[in-house]
Amino acid sequence: MSGTFTKSMARNIFYGGTAFFFLLFLALTFDTNQALPKRDNSANLTPQVIAGKKIWETRNCIGCHTLLGEGAYFAPELGNVYVRRGPDFIKAWIQAQPTGTPGRRQMPQFHLTDEELDNIVAFLKYTSEINTANWPPNIEG
Amino acid sequence: MQYKSQAVAKPYFVAAIGLFVGQIVFGLIMGLQYVVGDFLFPALPFNVARMVHTNLLIVWLLFGFMGAAYYMVPEESETELYSPKLALAMFWVFLVAGALTIVGYLFVPYATLAQMTGNDILATMGREFLEQPLLTKIGIVVVALVFLFNISMTMLKGRKTAISMVLLLGLWGLAIFFLFSFYNPHNLVKDKYYWWWVVHLWVEGVWELILGALLAFVLIKVTGVDREVIEKWLYVIITLTLVTGIIGTGHHYYWIGAPEYWQWWGSVFSALEPIPFFAMTIFAFNMVNRRRREHPNKAATLWALGTGVMAFLGAGVWGFLHTLAPVNYYTHGSQITAAHGHMAFYGAYVMVVLTLISYAMPILRGRAANSPKAQVLEMWSFWLMTIAMVFITLFLTAAGILQVWLQRISDTPLGFMATQDQVSLFYWMREAAGVMFMIGLVVYIVSFFVKGDKVAEA
Repeated sequence: MSGTFTKSMARNIFYGGTAFFFLLFLALTFDTNQALPKRDNSANLTPQVIAGKKIWETRNCIGCHTLLGEGAYFAPELGNVYVRRGPDFIKAWIQAQPTGTPGRRQMPQFHLTDEELDNIVAFLKYTSEINTANWPPNIEG
Repeated sequence: MQYKSQAVAKPYFVAAIGLFVGQIVFGLIMGLQYVVGDFLFPALPFNVARMVHTNLLIVWLLFGFMGAAYYMVPEESETELYSPKLALAMFWVFLVAGALTIVGYLFVPYATLAQMTGNDILATMGREFLEQPLLTKIGIVVVALVFLFNISMTMLKGRKTAISMVLLLGLWGLAIFFLFSFYNPHNLVKDKYYWWWVVHLWVEGVWELILGALLAFVLIKVTGVDREVIEKWLYVIITLTLVTGIIGTGHHYYWIGAPEYWQWWGSVFSALEPIPFFAMTIFAFNMVNRRRREHPNKAATLWALGTGVMAFLGAGVWGFLHTLAPVNYYTHGSQITAAHGHMAFYGAYVMVVLTLISYAMPILRGRAANSPKAQVLEMWSFWLMTIAMVFITLFLTAAGILQVWLQRISDTPLGFMATQDQVSLFYWMREAAGVMFMIGLVVYIVSFFVKGDKVAEA
């Protein structure tokens, strides 16, 4: 920080640098949006999947589980649960909660209808088919 | 106190500390639920406790930021606040809205809460950290806009310093990026992509401008170092922050379905993200070493130095630990993430708000600094909370390394819950460190009520 480097130079570099990198970020975002349809499985975004996503959200599943690695770390990763467990197991599991095993982590009972269960399974199937660059490392999530 | 309208900061600080206590109580409950899974179930399921824990953190930090702005901007602008009444009114709006939201989380099933509050009109709920009902989100926007109007009008009629400009830019950015919380596309990849525009561009972007401004303000006050020097540093630090942090968003785009070039952009730029935090540490120590006065508030100086160090460790070092794509492939969504989250939030944002409160609160209460006795207690709380947080982070890191090994690297990978059982010792140790943190917080609060000899008049 010599005397030749003034505050107004620092300020100009700040505004210039920020503007440049924000524009670069926008450009990358634009490109990402162009490239997404090949990876994001959006072709399979059926009304059932959309309804399932809403159930996922309104039951605050992310408050315990991770989905593609994001969320809480209290309960298993569900991005690949469709592959790990299959549809019937998922439905039976949700219906059987809470297990009531003393000392074990408990999942609430959400009283989902059969249709809602099918929706959430459809959402988890759609999620499992997103191209995640081979994440997670193995089936356990 | 130089301007009497600065007094509106006081209720903001009091509310911030009150909600901080709530946050830690729920943190302790969750920590116990990690090892005694059915603790308080079904009255308080983990997901509800977590929502309360994280949302209280965000809200109390926002209270802290707003209080800080109301305290700093009149002094920086050399003029009274545009409207102290509006500031006070917004305080109550925000507090009541926040309290109602928490009560809603605790006593209404989340799906019912969603139905009651218009989630069917515009679905925004149920995404991590953005769990707030639509009405609360709208309330946050209203409060933020009124707040920004008040602060901006104050600045417009007074002196415009670099510190207040940076602060204002950070606060406007905070409000603008929050608007992405209303965008919840059905496409999960896009949902996640733009969710980070709130979360990452807040904590690794515009919030760091606020952090820098608060720290610079306190350093000018306690060290008496020339404003030109400090403000030049501030610009350099926030330049480094945004140049690395904006593209650094890419470290969240590795495994969510975005193109794989993000592994390069994210790794390279976020590997540079520790630099601004390192600069901040050097900055804080440098300014204190070059001090031209002995400010009687030693505690505030300690908090300021602590912010630099802990932000560097938590955000810088622990962030770098798992930010490179080949490493993150294994650590993503593990306890390593939790370890980083805890120390980064504490070191950067909790500590900077406590720095500002430590400096401003005595002045708001009519003295330049608290009595030596009260300050000693406050410094004890600093060490208790900070060391506790170091332990929480170390134990979670140990749990995370084991978890990654057992569940993701081993030739015979264990399932999630089997792995959790294996690492439970570290969760117990984390909970013990959490109790230590709570003790530190109690000591902190007690320090406000300790009398003793006055140091000096404000």
